[in-house]
Amino acid sequence: MDSARVVITGFGQITPLGLTADETWASLCAGKTGIDTITAFDPVGFSCKIAGQVPEYQIRDYVPKTHRKATKLMSRDIELSVIAANEAIMHAGFVTKGIDPENINIDPERVAINLGAGLISCDLVELAPAVAASVTNGEFDIHKWGAEGLNQVTPLWLLKYLPNMLACHIGIIHDIQGPSNTITCAEAAGHLAITEAVQVIARSTSDIALAGGAEAKVNPIVMIRQCLLKRATCENNDDPASACRPFDADAKGSVFGEAAGNVILEELNHARRRNAKIYAEVVGLGQSNSINPDYEHIEPDGKGIRIAIEKALAEAKIQPDDLDLIIPHGTGIPTDDLAEANAIQAALGKAAAKIPVWPTKSMLSNTGAASGAVDVIAALCAMRDGKIPAAKNCDKKAAGCNLNIVNQPQKKNIRFVLSCSYTYGGQTAAVVLEKTN
Amino acid sequence: MTERVVITGMGIVCPLGHDVETLWQAILAGKSGVAKTTIFDASTFPTTFDAEVKDYDLAKYVKNPQPHEHGNRGSVFVVGAAAQACRQAAINVETDEPTDGIDRTRMGIYLGAGEGSVDNDVFFAAIVNGWDTEKNEMDWGKWAEVAFGRMDPMRELEQEPNMPAAHIALLTGARGPTRSCLTACAASTQSVGEATMLIRKGDADVIIAGGAHSMIHPLGLTGFNRLTALSTRNDSPETASRPFTASRDGFILGEGAAIVILESLNSAKKRGVEILAEVIGYGSSSDAFRITDMHEEGRGAVQAINAALADAGITYKNIDYINTHGTSTAENDSIETKALKAVFKEEAKNTPASSVKSMLGHLIGAAGAAELITCVLAIRDNVVPPTMNLNDPDPALDLDYVPNKPRKMPVNIVVNESFGFGGQNNVVIIKRYQD
Repeated sequence: MDSARVVITGFGQITPLGLTADETWASLCAGKTGIDTITAFDPVGFSCKIAGQVPEYQIRDYVPKTHRKATKLMSRDIELSVIAANEAIMHAGFVTKGIDPENINIDPERVAINLGAGLISCDLVELAPAVAASVTNGEFDIHKWGAEGLNQVTPLWLLKYLPNMLACHIGIIHDIQGPSNTITCAEAAGHLAITEAVQVIARSTSDIALAGGAEAKVNPIVMIRQCLLKRATCENNDDPASACRPFDADAKGSVFGEAAGNVILEELNHARRRNAKIYAEVVGLGQSNSINPDYEHIEPDGKGIRIAIEKALAEAKIQPDDLDLIIPHGTGIPTDDLAEANAIQAALGKAAAKIPVWPTKSMLSNTGAASGAVDVIAALCAMRDGKIPAAKNCDKKAAGCNLNIVNQPQKKNIRFVLSCSYTYGGQTAAVVLEKTN
Repeated sequence: MTERVVITGMGIVCPLGHDVETLWQAILAGKSGVAKTTIFDASTFPTTFDAEVKDYDLAKYVKNPQPHEHGNRGSVFVVGAAAQACRQAAINVETDEPTDGIDRTRMGIYLGAGEGSVDNDVFFAAIVNGWDTEKNEMDWGKWAEVAFGRMDPMRELEQEPNMPAAHIALLTGARGPTRSCLTACAASTQSVGEATMLIRKGDADVIIAGGAHSMIHPLGLTGFNRLTALSTRNDSPETASRPFTASRDGFILGEGAAIVILESLNSAKKRGVEILAEVIGYGSSSDAFRITDMHEEGRGAVQAINAALADAGITYKNIDYINTHGTSTAENDSIETKALKAVFKEEAKNTPASSVKSMLGHLIGAAGAAELITCVLAIRDNVVPPTMNLNDPDPALDLDYVPNKPRKMPVNIVVNESFGFGGQNNVVIIKRYQD
């Protein structure tokens, strides 16, 4: 089957290391970490008191006047996603209805949107007064809630927390009328959303797609869930910068955070016709499953990740030796890191020990549904600048990890990058990018 | 040449039954799955009824329910639905050594699946403990005391919307492309559509596709009640879902799971399994209009239906039956009717268009796949399911909604429509299989 070639012509992100892709990249190159003590709420009583939080921003700065009122319906996940979308669209040189309605240069029906989103937890402080008004003898009373408390909940409350609302707000702001999907595969969602968007363009349904992911995990419910599952580290609360240690012998768990990353995918000839700057071509995609009754962890041999990587390399028609950089999922959870190392080693054979591996979560934190998109953007920046920043906190590799973790910044001409991810629940994804000259 | 995609198995767990034939007999008899809420005490809510799955026993469908029974309602339902669908399609489950002729790396999963309910007792108790009414602020230490003390890690994990897919992976050993999406009420039509594209492209031979969702819990009911999206006809639950009537007053919150086995025609032929229908078209669009409302003229719906027709290489004149989104809300039924008139032109009034939500309620993320199953059965039996409770037609809505009685007629090509809150529109077209 003839399918169109798909390239990346723009990107935008908001992360714990900056409000834009350039700020984030500069911080990564400078060896900074975005992990610190939680300020979004008082983490007293939490086993993990640290997270990756994005710098302060005003959402009003990123939406047109016509959409200002609708910012009241934005949860933090939606805000982050809207901000990253705005940057990506402008970076690619597109003028949408939301940017300048007089000079639109896209056909709204030929643009798709595909975002990874998380399980958005509600704002407990917003809900609490209604709950507190529904108490009898010190306990929550569902009769009172149904009759009285419920009426104190703002009428459009639910709309802030539906995962598809990230794409809906962006679609309305920028008038995106093509296919819209929201992939809810947790930590693999960013890669899988990009994967599907590439396929939408490849089959000529759309010419352009905004794709990526966003998640705001610095919420008491999300954080407590990761603490209870023992996925979040409960050590290093006093030394946040050293807490997240992917593939390191002293790793104790992951550190969670918030971010959004979006790329602009475009059909190759469409990009050429408008003389767009092309950063890379998406040449290989692989997806599979980890199968493990212990649902919170990936299977120990990493078979599901291995299959995804093998499929992506096969689609890219390259050999393991051709890879110049690997950005793994690398969460800092010892059993999962070992499974991923096993998968990479099994998929790439001898080459696995040589290819530079740069895990980013020690600096950016684990941003869930955003993480895959954030890593793809890191890969694009590395390709563009011919540079791999140093990985942090991998001082002594964990037993069984024979990967070439980059401990010093490197100058390197990067042609092929592999970025992969997996999630609790088992979905896996691998993406191969090729630099466009 | 792209692969043709066919349906070789179906399974369902829904308010009208826990298998496909029970559902279909209920629909042909015009039964209602709607009744007073029993999952929790909703007696003081604005809406006190819903469409629930009752008396469901997972052990009837799988040998080993243990790895699944702690899942959220959607997960537990979907394992049963997937097991039924796999049985019909001759796909082995619960084994490490399948002999069904399907390479597991070419067998994927694509669900439109929703999140599970919060752990209600602990969720509310933690807020009550932590909230300082005088200061109007949360004492997170006190909140965490309850939350850490009483929340169960697995129950928290099982709220994640990707978990139903995890359970199907464990059940079937599928190692192919796997995704889960959540575009509100359009999710499982989108999952079937995108899964079809993956098979067409050659990325998989088989995809276990469909949906799973239950929003029947206090926060779900609260959210929809506050949006005034639900019917409040508390004195007559079974007649409350009345799409296209003048007296319609909202949808009925339902739950369930529905699975179709999508397979490349080559694989189905090679394995010698029965082909139930062919998926010939998929169209997807966004309204890009308002968060709270559908586009007034149904622009996005029209785009999605037209895209599906174009994908199928047919025109509106070829369509025998439309399975509408038909939610029984004032807005949807009126705009959907407008959209159908725009697409079907002179044929609009001659093409039967019914809503099985009049009996089934609205299964949200699982709705599209559940309704698709009724489309396959409509083709099989040459009968169009009715829109029940259609006794006072809205004078402004004048299509053939197949009121109150199923209709025997030739059915070969069917359009299935789903429109999500926020403006995602998805349409799948299926056809009687012919070699």
